Formats: sequence, C-alpha cells, structure tokens
Amino acid sequence: MTTTVATQGGIGTNAQRPDGALKARGEFAYSSDLWHEDMVWGVTLRSPHPYARITSIDITEALRVPGVQAVLTHEDVPGTNIYGLEHPDQPVLAEDVVRYQGEPVALVAADHPETARRAMKRIEVAYEVLPPVVNTEDAAHGRAEPLHPNGNVVRHVKVRHGPQDVRADVVVTGEYEVGMQDQAFLGPESGLAVPADDGSVDLYIATQWLHADQRQIAVALGLPPEKVRLTLSGVGGAFGGREDLSMQVHACMLALRTGKPVKMVYNREESFYGHVHRHPARMYYEHGATRNGKIVYVKARIYLDGGAYASSTGAVVANAATLGVGPYDVPSVTVDCWGVYTNNPPCGAMRGFGAVQAAFAYESQMDRLADAVGLDPVEVRIRNAMSEGAVMPTGQVVDSPAPVVELLTLVRDKPLPAKGNDLTDMPGGVSNTTHGEGVVRGVGYGVSIKNVGFSDSFDDYSTVRVRLSVIGGQAVASVHTAAVEVGQGLVTVLQQITRTELGVDVVTIEPMDTSIGDAGSTSASRQTYVTGGALRAACAAVRAALFERIGHTDLPLDHDKIVEVLGTDVIDEVVEWRHRPTYRLDPETGQGNAHVQYAFAAHRAVVDVDVELGLVKVVELVCAQDVGKAINPEAVLGQIQGGTAQGLGLAVMEEIQLADGKIRNPSFTDYLIPTVLDMPPMVIDVLERPDPHAPYGLRGVGEPPTISSTPAIVAAIRAATGMALTRVPVRPEHITETS
Amino acid sequence: MEFLRPVSLGEALEMKAARPEAVPIAGGTDVMVELNFDHRRPAALLDLTRVAELAEWSRDDSVVTFGAALPYTRLINELGTDLPGLAIASRTVGSPQIRNRGTVGGNLGAASPAGDTHPVLLASDAVVEVASARGTRSIPASEFYLGVKRNALEPDELITSIRLPKATGPQQFAKVGTRNAMVIAVCSFAISLHPNESRAGAAIGSAAPTPRRVRQAEDFLTEVLDWESPQALPDSAKRRFGELVASAAEPIDDVRGSAAYRKHALAVLARRALGWAWDAYREGERSCA
Amino acid sequence: MRVNITVNGEARQVDDVWPGESLLYVLRERLGLPGSKNACEQGECGSCTVYMDGTPVCACLVAAGQAEGREVRTVEGLASGDTLDRVQQAFVDAGAVQCGFCTPGLVVAAHDLLTRTPQPSDPEIREALAGNLCRCTGYEKILDAVRMAARS
Repeated sequence: MTTTVATQGGIGTNAQRPDGALKARGEFAYSSDLWHEDMVWGVTLRSPHPYARITSIDITEALRVPGVQAVLTHEDVPGTNIYGLEHPDQPVLAEDVVRYQGEPVALVAADHPETARRAMKRIEVAYEVLPPVVNTEDAAHGRAEPLHPNGNVVRHVKVRHGPQDVRADVVVTGEYEVGMQDQAFLGPESGLAVPADDGSVDLYIATQWLHADQRQIAVALGLPPEKVRLTLSGVGGAFGGREDLSMQVHACMLALRTGKPVKMVYNREESFYGHVHRHPARMYYEHGATRNGKIVYVKARIYLDGGAYASSTGAVVANAATLGVGPYDVPSVTVDCWGVYTNNPPCGAMRGFGAVQAAFAYESQMDRLADAVGLDPVEVRIRNAMSEGAVMPTGQVVDSPAPVVELLTLVRDKPLPAKGNDLTDMPGGVSNTTHGEGVVRGVGYGVSIKNVGFSDSFDDYSTVRVRLSVIGGQAVASVHTAAVEVGQGLVTVLQQITRTELGVDVVTIEPMDTSIGDAGSTSASRQTYVTGGALRAACAAVRAALFERIGHTDLPLDHDKIVEVLGTDVIDEVVEWRHRPTYRLDPETGQGNAHVQYAFAAHRAVVDVDVELGLVKVVELVCAQDVGKAINPEAVLGQIQGGTAQGLGLAVMEEIQLADGKIRNPSFTDYLIPTVLDMPPMVIDVLERPDPHAPYGLRGVGEPPTISSTPAIVAAIRAATGMALTRVPVRPEHITETS
Repeated sequence: MEFLRPVSLGEALEMKAARPEAVPIAGGTDVMVELNFDHRRPAALLDLTRVAELAEWSRDDSVVTFGAALPYTRLINELGTDLPGLAIASRTVGSPQIRNRGTVGGNLGAASPAGDTHPVLLASDAVVEVASARGTRSIPASEFYLGVKRNALEPDELITSIRLPKATGPQQFAKVGTRNAMVIAVCSFAISLHPNESRAGAAIGSAAPTPRRVRQAEDFLTEVLDWESPQALPDSAKRRFGELVASAAEPIDDVRGSAAYRKHALAVLARRALGWAWDAYREGERSCA
Repeated sequence: MRVNITVNGEARQVDDVWPGESLLYVLRERLGLPGSKNACEQGECGSCTVYMDGTPVCACLVAAGQAEGREVRTVEGLASGDTLDRVQQAFVDAGAVQCGFCTPGLVVAAHDLLTRTPQPSDPEIREALAGNLCRCTGYEKILDAVRMAARS
C-alpha cells in the first residue's frame, strides 16, 4: 500500500488558484504587459481584400520613416514560408496571392507603435483583386475556383453505420445554419521576441500549445527547434483561438532582423483578423422514427466553412461527423461532412470544436421529432438517449458511464423561476423597450456529447517533471510542464494532484516553457486528463524513489517522513504519459475507435421573449453535467458557467458578419458578447460517474456546456414564439420576420 | 499631432478660430476610439475638460441649460427630475464608465444617427448653443443635424451648452439593441408630452441619415389627444401613431439590423412609449384633480 | 509632450508623450503599471477601468493630455502592501478569477460600486458591472465575489 496522508488542498477540494491574488492585484504578467530594455514595436500590414493577386510590394517609403528599424516581406522569411497546425498551407507573409481579408503581407518594427503604423501606411502593395469564393457548398462540390493545389475540400468524412436506405413511419427534415462565432478572448494576441547573440530567439507568448508553436516557428525561421525557445506568459483566455500561430513568427523575424527585442500587440480590430474562428455551418438533416418517437435513422449532410487556410478543419470535420447524431442510440446513420476552403476568414478551433454546430442541428431535429410524434421534448430525448455500452455511429462502444437520461431528468425536474419585474429583468433591459408588453416565456432543452482529448489516431501525450526536495525544513514539490494555463485552472489542478499524490503542502508550478517535452494542446478539454495523468504518473515515480530510500512501502507517507528521508537529496522524475490509443476513421465508412472519452451535459433554458420586438432575455439556465470526478468542484462550476455563457452568445448575439469575404463587424461595438445583464443565474448539478479508463475517473469538463446551451436557448425561444428558427444566432429579424 | 489645453471658453474659442481643424475632445468616447484604431489622425486635439463653464448647469422656472461637456452620470443624477426623457436615454448610453465621461455635447458633435440623446433633444425642443470667436448662435435641435455624422457647426464653432424646457409632462425614451446592456441603438424613439402647449414631441434615432422629428405623427397626436379630460387611448390610435412614426423612417440595412426590422420596431416602440407617457399623464391629472 | 499625473498617490512625470496616446498607454507602457488591461481600447470591455479624480473611467478613452494634473488610481493602487483590498480578496475567494484579464477592471468597478452603494441589490450589481466584459466565468462567481465583498 502506497498511501499518502491527506493534506490540505488535494483533489476534490476547492483549492484556490495560485495566481489568483496576483491577477486581482493587476500584477500578473500577460503577454501584452511585457517590456524589455531597448524594445521596439512590431506591426502587421494586412490585405484589405479577401482574394487578390499581389503584383508588387514597395517598401521604399516605409523604410524612410525616421524611427523605423525594419520592414519585412515574404522575401525576408528565413525558412519555409508556410505553416499550419495540421497541414502546412499558410504563408507567414503573403507572396503572390492573398486568400482572406486580413492576411499578413508585411511587417514593420519601429521605436513607437505610432511610428510603425505610419510607416506601415507607406508600404505600397499593388493588388489585382479577384472575385472571392464564399459559397461553402460550391467549394465542396467542385463548383468554385480551387484556392489551393489539391482543390477546395480540406476533408470529407463519411459515416456509414447500420443498414442504409432504411424507411420510417415518421420523418422530420430540417436545414440549419450556424454563423461564424469568435472566441473573443479578452487578452489580445501579443508577445515579446528577444534575439540572442547566437542567432537563436526567445519568445514570451500567450498560446495554447507551446511545442506546436515551436515546431512551426522553427521551420519558418529555418532554425532547429532548440534555437526557438518559448516561454508562456500570462494568457488572457483562449477558447481555441490561440491554437494557431498569429504574431509568433512575425515577432521573431523582426527580432532576428533588428537584433532588438520586439513587442507585438494586436488591437481588438486586428484580433478579429488575427485568429481563426468557429466554422460557420450549413446542415441538412433527416430523422426517421417510429410513431412512438424511437429514432430509426439519421441522414445528415454538414458543410463547414474552413475559410482560406486549413488550420484544424480536418479534425473539426471529424468531430462534427462522428458526433453528428448526438448522444442518442441510432441504428442507422448516414453522415457526410465536408470542410472546405473559401476566401472567408480561416476557421479552426473553438470550444466545442465541430460538436457545437452539429448539436444545434440534431437538437433542433429532436424538438421537431417531439412535435411530430406528440411527445414532450425531454421524453423524446430520454427514449433515444444512449447509455454505457451504446454503439456510436463509428462502431465504437461507449465503455464508461453515459448518464444522458439522468442529466435530462435532473434539468427537467428543477423548479421553474418566477417572473422578474425590474427593468433589468425584461428583454431589452434598461433600454426600456417593454414594461411587460409582448413578453412570452418559453422553456427549452438541449443535451450534448463531446469527445475529450485528441482523436483519430493522434499520438496524444503529455510530459511532466516533478522534483521533490527539502527547502528550509519544508518538503517542496515543483512541477514543470509545457501544458498551458489559459485561465481554466490547470495550475490549481496540478497543485492539487501533487498534494494528494505526495502528501506535500507546498507545490510550486515552474514557468511553462519548451525546455521540457511536449504536453500537447490546451484544448479538447484534455489537460486535466492528459497532463493530470502524466503528473500522477510522475508523482508515482517520485513516490517509488522515496520508498526505495525508505526500504519498504507500507508506511503512510507524510511530510515529516519525506523531510527525514530526503535530507539534502532531490528526487527528480520526468514522465511522458499517453492515454489509450485512438484509431483512424475508415475513410469510406467512418468506422473506428476514434475517440478516447465522451462527455455529456444537458441544459434547460427559460427565456422571456418580447415577441413583437424579437428581443430575448434568458431568464435562467439549468445545467447538469457528468464530470467523472471533480478535481476542483468550484472550478468545474466556473467552466460550466463560462461555457454556458459562450453558448448563450452563439444563441442570441454572437456572429462575425461577412459580406463577400469581408468582416463587417470587427469590433466589440458590433461583435457583441454577453454582459452580466445578459447572463442569467444558473442552477447546476455536477454528477461524478467515474470513467474507469481515466485518471481519477475524471472526464473533460470545458466544452460540453458550450454545446448544449445554444440549442436549449433556441428551443426555448421557439417555444415562446412558435417559430422555426433554424439559424443561430437568432436575431430580432428572425423572430419578427423582418430580415 | 498637437494637444491644446484651453482653461476658459474664451481661450478655447480663440484656439478653435486659429486651428479650425482641431478636433474637440471631452469624454473621448468617440474621438479616442478613432485614435486608438488609427481611423483618424487630426492635426490637433482641443481638450475641453479643463473649461469649467462647459461642465456647469443652471435652471430657472422653465428652462434648464447645461454645459456641452457635462457627463451623462451628472446629468442623470443632477438634472434627471427636470429632464426625465434625457435621463432615461442617458441611462442607456454605454456603461457606467462611459456615462462618467461621455457628454451630450459629444453626441451632438459626432452627430451619429445612432446617438442616444438625439431623439430626446428633438422631442423636447432642445436648443444647441454654439459659440465662436465671432459670437454665439442658438440652433434648434431640429435644425442641427444635417446628414450622417454632419451637423450645423461651422469649423470655428464649439458647442457650448444645451437648453431645454423643463419637462411639463411625461417623457419616454426606448431603444432597441441586440443585447441587454451596453449596446448601440438599432433604432430608438423618444416622446415628450407638452401639456402646457397641448401637444407632444416625438423623434426617432438610428433610422434615417439623421435623427429626426416625426411631425406627421406629432400632428396626429394633436388631433387625437384630449389634454383637458384625458381618456384612455384606444389601441387603434396607438397603432396609427406607431405606423406614422415608422413611415417617417428611412432606415438602412447594416450590421446592427435590417431596414425592415427598424421600421417594424419603431412602430412597436412608438406605440408602447406613447401608451406609457399618456397613461402617466392621465395618472398625474387624476391625482391632481 | 510632457504629462504630470498623480498615480496611486505618487506624482509622476512622463516626457515625449505622443498626443494621440491614451492614459492607458501611458500607464502601461510609460509608467510600468500594466495592471489596467488593453482588451478592446474602445470603451466596450471595461478592462482598463481606473479611477480618475475618484470617478471610474475607461483609461483607453482618456487622452494622455487630459490626465494632466489629475489623480489616477489603478488596480495596483488598491491593496495595502500585502493585504488585498476586500474586493480583490473576494474575487480570489469566490473563484471569480479565471484568465483574469477582466479582473483588474472589474475590481475597480466593483470597488466603486461598494463605495457608493455598500449593500447593493443584485440588479444594482449587474447594472454597475454591465460595462465590464468577462469571457471566462459567465459572471456568476463575479456576482458572488461582489456580494461577498459587500458582507466583509
């Protein structure tokens, strides 16, 4: 028995964040806060056109501006001028063609940001403007000009499960659309690149995946990876939007050229051009069912707009396809999902990653099915809900708890909220649009399924180093990993796991950097699982080393014992840890054990709709989610609340509006995210049904609530208005039929 | 870029006369956004926050005059009773931080059709006082807005104050936005009842190249409202009023809303706001009687 | 241009200020006070909220020259040495901090609210914080933090 003595702040407790006080004091160093002696500022010249040929670039006048240190174009990219998360297809700086509005074309470094901006305006780029490809279905079916050498289909995933060409007594069909959502993290893209004498560079950066950045930057700079050292600085939110490179290579190029530290900070407008967005989707669904509401088949065609470059479109397509029928038992599935190139802004990772789009469609379909067979919307879901042992459309057997029925029942059975009577409770809020006139209440439901971790045969692992030593009579564990803290609370979880595993109170988290091995991305709700798993294994190795010194293993391991045994020694263990493997989807049938774990959440939404003005006030959101094991219950609630808010945003307000490939609302004035007056109180149930295959039985937490809140809210608006509402975000024009 | 810091109105007017291209800045809620995003690079900024007289107000029995650089928060707190419509509209401006800095003068200077206070100024017969080194002018709000982001100011003039009659009857303001706070108007509507003149003023925002009064709708109210012995308004009259308000709009489709929606929503807002204002008037008459 | 500002009680002088700079830029890049954040620079997010002459404002919308001679108090000026202000402490205790980029602005806005209204109702809290966007928390724990600070 290798037991540890219970200590304060271990797993299952509401341990506080180690960085909380620093953040509340304003002393936490985010990537835009960095400063260096002799530092200069970098700015980016971007294409104003979604699609154009570049016929010339003249930087002469820009170089003449006093204070300018460097002006760089594609000719100055030291290595390969192409990068990409899954497959490299995107230039660091455009050469002969630009494929989206905002594509970087040139860089300027100067002693003041204003000097850099003025010089940037003097760069003359001659464009031959081309008609942009903006229609996703045309791009998918070869009806548009190819934007890349292999055509416009980034990936087409087919899922064929069970008998095909099945008939059913009840058939409901629908066409659904999801607008382009932005991660809208608050901390803008930024960082500081510091050149070294040996031609290498240090980059202090806000990212989601240090090693993926490092690999791509090194190729672009023509340097071996060890000469590109990354250290994580404070990250002001991410939500998928920092998985791809933004200014990383640019800042390094300017630093290496000028020999000076270079700081780059996007402003909010530039940020809308500077990172990928959630894929807009167009989806065609057909559900066949028995007269008592049991699903017989689902057929779906899903089109995802990947925009100008691939980013993670391939993986998003696989998610939308394999999770495309939702958390339901469906004996016959025919899904085709395409992700395509267009001249719209590039799309990639955002919380929910393909599952969000599909869930809006399949949950809308479930409500239609409920109507068609005369069932309550929760009842129709319960009749079809999957459970442990279910077979996914990929043929994969769900081999851990899938308490979908329980989640639905929990949210359904909560008492309904009373009507509010303050102006701030009304649709429209203090804008004073109603004193109760036209306000109709509606209730709706949504339930979601999400894969946790990287799928589809990806070698998904993490690396953690744990050092145990005695400092001033106190046992101290230090944890080093490249796993990125973006605000979600990984640093807290790492401390909690270490305390539990080693019985040590004092746990320091080393700066996250590339001097240790890869930890994978902070995405796919995976870090607590994968880096948590690696940390648990590293702690086990440290413990084993301790027990070796003690000579036997049956003692409780407590602090004093550690101090006594360790003396001045240091135990230092590095572990690389993998979850069980996943397998590639069969390209023809989409069959395969592609996912490592599934997670589930359900929402009930109560809304008040001013049906005359089409304004919506979400009155209450109830959520139930299975997290396997809550490592930090308060932080779990924080994820559910925050994820739900982003789903609310997609339901009723958030969309990057496009016209011919151009963003019409690149600002927080016109891209609206929920305020505290938009987000209602929440009632939350957290289930802990352990996954026997996962460390501590835990289940990824971050994404499921983002997925199910959107369809629940839209269903509630439908219930209030009686309208079909097949597109999100739902706009007042949709409710009032004044588009 | 130069930064000019006058400490008196006289000095500000001299500077504006000498440098007509200087952009006045008070709360900064428009100008600084343009600067931060490199949308504008004026040769000079004329800071009005040190000109004390621009942030003062006065009132007599019938009229309130307040400085162009009086922040919304102070306007709400100090003049809200006399100018209820303006207070409701000011409360919908941005956030508390914005209201602590933003000013009606800035709203007028920017002359955006979406500015929140314009419809109230129009409905309440406000007069914009402007000055230059050459002298002063009084411009009725109804003559102040000339086009999208264009107003009646000459290059050497500054807005000094806004003069409004104290409310003699109920006033309402309503604005549609696609969020429950901190939102720019998709469209807006204001109504001010003037029982002393047996008429009502009404105006729309964000629904035409300029904010505008809706005179046909005002005339309709003159016909149908019985100020001496006010009766409940039939729904048909409120609807007719809404239609007349909507018909005065010439909205566009933009990122914030469609033209069709704006017209539709204005009809609803106008109908409701008239109902609230008229009911309040009847209530007041009853309690006086 | 030269600007003199009293920041967190200390008289500061900065030279070579470009007149188009905001107070936010001066605080962050010239005075070594990056606690006030640069999330939108258009007055929409509240992350740069500071007190100027006792009134909460968006520092991004104050021209540097407008701060001349003013008293500015930033998030860095709220704690007393190692002791957090009660609002800061409540944000930590309530779990209201995730990425934390909105936190400084929210702390100042909530600090101001509790100064003016020691026992705010929920609608009052919501209206007072409506100008501070948070993308991580869904605001629930921020409300908890303000309620907690009001009790402490």
